[in-house]
Amino acid sequence: MDVLVYLIPASLILGGLGLAAFFWALKSDQFDDPAGDSRRILSDEFDDKPKG
Amino acid sequence: MSATETPSAAACPGCMTLPAGNTAVAKALAEGPTRKVHLSLPSIHCTACINGVENGLMQLDIVHTARVNLTRKRADVTIDREAEVEPLLDHLCALGYEAYALDGATLQASDADRAAHELLMRLGVAGFAMMNVMLLSVAVWSGASDATRDLFHWISAAIAIPTIAFSSQPFFKSALMALKAARLNMDVPISLAILLAAGMSIYETSVSGHHAYFDAALSLTFFLLAGRYLDQKTRSTARSAAAELAAMEVPYALKLTEDGHVRTPIAEVVVGDTLLVRPGSNIPVDGTILKGASELDRALLTGETDPVAIAQGDTVTAGEVNLTGPLEIRADAVGEDTVLHSLASLVAIAEASKSRYNSLADRAAKIYAPVVHLLALCAFIAWMYVSSGDVRLALGIATATLIITCPCALGLAVPAVSTVASGRLFRKGLLIKHETALERLAEVDTVVFDKTGTLTAGRPQLDQPSAIPATEFAVALALAEGSAHPLTGALVKAGRAQGIVPTDLTDITEKPGYGIEAKWGGKPVRLGRATWVGAHPAPVTATYLDIDGQITPFTFADRLRIGAKELLVALRDQGYQVQLLSGDTRPAVEAIAKELGIATWQADMLPAEKANRVNALRDEGRRVLMVGDGLNDTAALAGAHVSLAPASALDAARVAADMVLVSPDLSHTLDAIRIGRSAKRRILENFGMAATYNMISIPIAVLGFASPLAAALAMSTSSVLVSLNALRAR
Repeated sequence: MDVLVYLIPASLILGGLGLAAFFWALKSDQFDDPAGDSRRILSDEFDDKPKG
Repeated sequence: MSATETPSAAACPGCMTLPAGNTAVAKALAEGPTRKVHLSLPSIHCTACINGVENGLMQLDIVHTARVNLTRKRADVTIDREAEVEPLLDHLCALGYEAYALDGATLQASDADRAAHELLMRLGVAGFAMMNVMLLSVAVWSGASDATRDLFHWISAAIAIPTIAFSSQPFFKSALMALKAARLNMDVPISLAILLAAGMSIYETSVSGHHAYFDAALSLTFFLLAGRYLDQKTRSTARSAAAELAAMEVPYALKLTEDGHVRTPIAEVVVGDTLLVRPGSNIPVDGTILKGASELDRALLTGETDPVAIAQGDTVTAGEVNLTGPLEIRADAVGEDTVLHSLASLVAIAEASKSRYNSLADRAAKIYAPVVHLLALCAFIAWMYVSSGDVRLALGIATATLIITCPCALGLAVPAVSTVASGRLFRKGLLIKHETALERLAEVDTVVFDKTGTLTAGRPQLDQPSAIPATEFAVALALAEGSAHPLTGALVKAGRAQGIVPTDLTDITEKPGYGIEAKWGGKPVRLGRATWVGAHPAPVTATYLDIDGQITPFTFADRLRIGAKELLVALRDQGYQVQLLSGDTRPAVEAIAKELGIATWQADMLPAEKANRVNALRDEGRRVLMVGDGLNDTAALAGAHVSLAPASALDAARVAADMVLVSPDLSHTLDAIRIGRSAKRRILENFGMAATYNMISIPIAVLGFASPLAAALAMSTSSVLVSLNALRAR
C-alpha cells in the first residue's frame, strides 16, 4: 500500500487543478451567458479571436 | 409604487437618460469619459441577432464597446459619457430589434449576479469535494480496513470539513435566522443533519470507527446547493428582466418663475406653484389649467382610448400625457395627495388583504421538519434504552435517520420543476416574477381582463382607409403630418401604407385642443374635433376633415392585440369564466366585448371598483387571474390570486403583477396556464416520490441497518429521479 503515498496526493492535486480551472472560469465571467456563448461559436466573426 | 415616488427610474422607454446626480449609478458613471448603459432586447434569439445587434451598435460613433448577453436578452454598451441612449434605441429599432433602455435596476441585477456567482462557487467546491471523498469512500465500502480505512477517513475529513464550512453557509445562515425567530424551516433539519453527520464522522474517525458519513454530508450539501442555485438563477433572470424594462416616470417639472421656467425636482414642487407642461410630456402633479388648451391621453390612468380635450379651468391629474398644446397649470395637490399616489396606497391595501399564499414547498416543510426531528429524537431515545446507554450507537443511528430522511429530493422537488417550467415560458416570452406564481396559476378558474392596452393594443387605427377618397386623404395627410396626436399619427401611418402623397398646403397651424388648420390654394382646410369643424359627431372615435365647408369623417378603432381572439376562444372552451373590466366608455367596451364574445363586462370602472370586483370574486371562492396594464389596474393586479401584465404596461403595473408577458402575442397566457398546471402536477409527483422513498428508508434507518453506502445510494437515486421527473414539466 506504499503506492498510496504518491497516488493520493497526485489525485488530490489533479482534482485541485480542476477546481482552480473552475474558479478561473467563474471569475472570468464564463458562466454569464451560456446561451449566447453556445451560439457565438457558430459565427465566423469570432474565428480569429474571441470577442472581448 | 407611484411614478412620483421612485425618482430613480427613468422616463418612457424611448427617451430615458440617467437622472443626473440622482443615484449612485449616475455618480459612478460621471467619473469616466465613457459610461455603461444596458439595453433590454426582448426579441433576440439567435446567432444572427447577436452579430446584428453588436455590429449595428458599433456602427455608431458614440459606441465604444457592445456585448450582447443572449441568456439575459440584454446588451451591455459603453458609450461617450455625454451621449444619450435614445440614438441607440432608434438605431436598433431601425435594424429591426426591439430595444428598451435599462437603468437603476442594473445595480440590483449585478447584486443578483454576485449572489448567483457565489452560489455557483460553493456548488463547485462541494462538487469537487464530494467526488474526491466519494472515491475514498468507495475504497472503504469495498473493504479497506484498519490503518488504510483510518487514513482514508482522515483524508476525507481534511477535505470535508473546510468544504462544509464554506459551502453549507447558506443553509446555516437561513437555519439560524429561522431559529432566532423561533420557527422551523427546511434548513434547520438540513443544517442539523450536515453538522451531526460531520461531527459524528470526526468522532468515529478519531476512535478508528467503521462508519463515517463525510460523503453523505457532502452530497447532501451538493444536491441541495444545486436546487438552491437553480432557484436563484430562474428567479433572478426573470426578476431582473422584469425590473429592467424602463417605464413612465416624471422626475422633473418645469416651474414658472419670474426668470422663466426652471427644472425642478418633483419633490420640491409645492401647492400653488405654476408649472409648464409641454406637449408630449407627463402631467407631474394634480392641478388646474391656468392657460392653454390641449388634449390629454388618459389611457394609462383610466383606460379611456380617446384623448380628452381640455381648456382653461379644467383639472388635470398626475400621470396623464399632454398631447398637443403647452399648458400652464397650478399645482393643487402634490406628492402623497395626488390621485396617482392614492392609487399606490390602494395597491398596498390590496396586497395586505390578499390571503397569504402558502407555497407547496412551505406546506411540505411544515409537515416535514418537525416529523424528522421527532423521529431522530425517538430513534436516539429508543436506542439509548435498548442498548442500555450506548451514546455512540444511539447517536449514530439518530444521525443516520437525519441523513437518510434529509430532503435532498424535497430540496430539488420545487426548484427543478420551476426551472424547467420558467425556462419554457421564458422562451414563449413570459417572465415569472414571483416564486409561487406558477403554482397559483394552476389553481385559476376565472380570468379578468382589462381592455385598453391589454386586450387591445391601446393605439387607434384608421377604419377602412381604402374607402376614403384620395384627394381628401391627401389633404388630411398633409394636415396630420405635423401633429403628435395619436389619431393623426394613426392617420399618417395608414396614409403612408396606402402610398398617398400629401397635398402641398400653406400656413399650417395647430390649434391645441381642437385640431390643425391650413390653406389649400386659398381655400381654408381644417382637421380636428367635430364641434370645431362644425360636423355632426359620430358615436365612434373620429376626426373630421373640413375642406371649405365639405366634411369628411375619419373614423378610428382600437386594434385587438395579437392572439386576443384565440385566447378568449380557448379560455371559453376550457371552461374558464371570463370577465372584462374597463375604465373606458360604454360603447367602446361593449364593442370589444361583443367582438370577443365576453358575456360579463363592465365599463366606466374606477380603479377602486376594479379592485373591489376582484376581491368580491375572491370572496366567492374564485381564483382570479388578472390581466391588466394600466395604473387603474394595479390594485386589482395586486389583489388577484395571480396576475399578469404585458411588457408595454406601466412600471407600477409590472411591479404589482406576478408575471410579465414580453411577447406581443396574448395567447401565450394560455401556455402559461397549461405549463403552470403541469408544473404543479410534477411538483406534487416529486413530493410523492420523496415521501415514498422516506417511508421505505426511515424504518431501515431507525432500526439501525443504514450503512453510509445505503445512505449515499438512496440519496443519489432519489435526487436523480426527482430531477428527471421535473424535465417532464412542459
